[in-house]
Amino acid sequence: MQALLSGQGLVKSFGRLRAVDGVDIAVHPGEALGIVGPNGAGKTTLFGALAGAFPLSAGTIRLDGAAITALPAARRCALGIARTHQIPRPFLGLSVFENVQVAARAGGALDADASVGTAAGILSRTGLHDLANRPAGALGLLDRKRLELARALATQPRVLLLDEIGGGLTEAELEQLVALILGLKAQGLTIVWIEHILHALLQVIDRLVCMAQGRVLAEGAPQTVMADAQVRAAYLGSDPE
Amino acid sequence: MTEPHLLPMPKGDRRLILSAGALLILLALLPLVAPAQAIDKLTQLGIYVLLAVMWNLLAGYAGLVSVGQQAFVGLGGYAMVRLVEAGLGPFPALVLAPFLVALVAWPLAWFVLRLRLGEFAIAMWVIAEVFRGLVMFDPLVQGETGTSVLALNAIDADTRRLAIYLLSLVAASAALAGSFVLLRGRLGAEAQAIRDDEEAAASVGVSTFRVKRLIFVAAAAGCALAGTLWLASAITFQPRTGFGIQWTVFMLFMVLTGGLGTFLGPVVGAVLLMGLQEAFGDFGAWYLFGVGALSVAFALALPGGLVGLWSARRGREPLSMRRRLSAGEG
Ligand SMILES: Nc1ncnc2c1ncn2[C@@H]1O[C@H](COP(=O)(O)OP(=O)(O)O)[C@@H](O)[C@H]1O
Ligand SMILES: [Mg+2]
Repeated sequence: MQALLSGQGLVKSFGRLRAVDGVDIAVHPGEALGIVGPNGAGKTTLFGALAGAFPLSAGTIRLDGAAITALPAARRCALGIARTHQIPRPFLGLSVFENVQVAARAGGALDADASVGTAAGILSRTGLHDLANRPAGALGLLDRKRLELARALATQPRVLLLDEIGGGLTEAELEQLVALILGLKAQGLTIVWIEHILHALLQVIDRLVCMAQGRVLAEGAPQTVMADAQVRAAYLGSDPE
Repeated sequence: MTEPHLLPMPKGDRRLILSAGALLILLALLPLVAPAQAIDKLTQLGIYVLLAVMWNLLAGYAGLVSVGQQAFVGLGGYAMVRLVEAGLGPFPALVLAPFLVALVAWPLAWFVLRLRLGEFAIAMWVIAEVFRGLVMFDPLVQGETGTSVLALNAIDADTRRLAIYLLSLVAASAALAGSFVLLRGRLGAEAQAIRDDEEAAASVGVSTFRVKRLIFVAAAAGCALAGTLWLASAITFQPRTGFGIQWTVFMLFMVLTGGLGTFLGPVVGAVLLMGLQEAFGDFGAWYLFGVGALSVAFALALPGGLVGLWSARRGREPLSMRRRLSAGEG
């Protein structure tokens, strides 16, 4: 089966640091792929590379087999790649609703009328409905994370890149989040999820990648990867619960 | 429960718009009764409102802080001089010149909009100086001396005054109405998203360059129109004045005191500037310095300007760009 989104030989250097150092990665239609790895492993940088936040130092990114390496972030979003940011980046001067609506119109190519209903639906789904008319700048961290997810969903993605969206949630909130992501998966959305909270991640993913120092350390069935000696070693000091 | 929908514009805002419409009609009829001097002042006010709306569009809604908008004010005047020289009537030239300036701004956008915030601001100032230098080479302009649009003198003074007044009134109202519609639509939301976080805006599909270029070019044309209106009332074009930094000082002052990123801020700021000019305008360089200092003071002490203060007291901004969803509190 052809990968929906893939990267071959991906390298991203910041000065002398190779934050992503020769990564091959692929996610298939409808699949949920997990990514774990210690802080600084290059996970977030990998998302930036896939979403087109910056130019790559080397490598090729493909969507449905066609190279999209040269496309800017906005075009990639229009083609169906959506990401959340690990540190939320809301549009502070817009309301919560407007944050989501602008994504629905720009990335999702919805017209004005359709975008209102879609945005409202997504706000309900992500638990932000009651805050719709609040300025995004007034939100706390957890609601800002919800807004990241809501905004990404509003762009009508085919593949959703989630970056540590579960951090800081209570168990009950985590349960809701897992249910929401499973629901999205059931709708056919392809998911790549970077997460430290393994028990939540493992409820969702079909396959797991472990990164360390810019490289893929291990890849495969979640339980196999978690049992890998190298993976355990990489996680020492950043205990996976 | 009904389908989620956008709430209609608040009653207060609708009343404001109706009053603005009524005011516009009164202003259009004013020349029938008002003395020439008052008409001249109001012409100037219209030009100030136009300039302030443009700078607010750039800095307040798109995050494009330019200290070189005089580049387009001056270029507008110069383009009008050249068009008249080429045989066009002064009023057609006045209207056409901003379109020519837009043609210059379009490719320029490609260079300057790639720059980061501070670099963009400075680059615009450098560009204004370069334009001024180039225009001074034109033998028609004769360096510092400048040139006059003598064709304007051929028109009877009262007719000319009335025409320029009405044009300035139309220009200011069109800038206000146009930006209101623009900002409340998709483009406005996208511009504000870019202002708040350009990278995040791109990540949700906003074509950041396209949006910024549109606003940049529109603001260039608006500033050029202010330049041609100014020239039409002053008759003489001098590079030092046309491309003068005072335009930017005025724009900064009006937008910062009125309220950066508020719709009514530029109007309030323009009225305030006219008032200051009436009181202290004779103090020359000191006046300009005072206006600058006051802008800085406002930026530091009252970042939302006077409209921000008003909104804080009232609990909401008059003629706000925020679109509210039917359900949900807050
Ligand atoms: N914009 C940047 N400039 C310089 N270094 C960066 C930048 N972004 C990330 N890095 C560095 O790249 C490495 C990988 O970071 P990141 O991708 O955020 O890791 P992870 O998400 O796995 O924690 C880190 O050493 C980080 O300091
Ligand atoms: Mg990270």
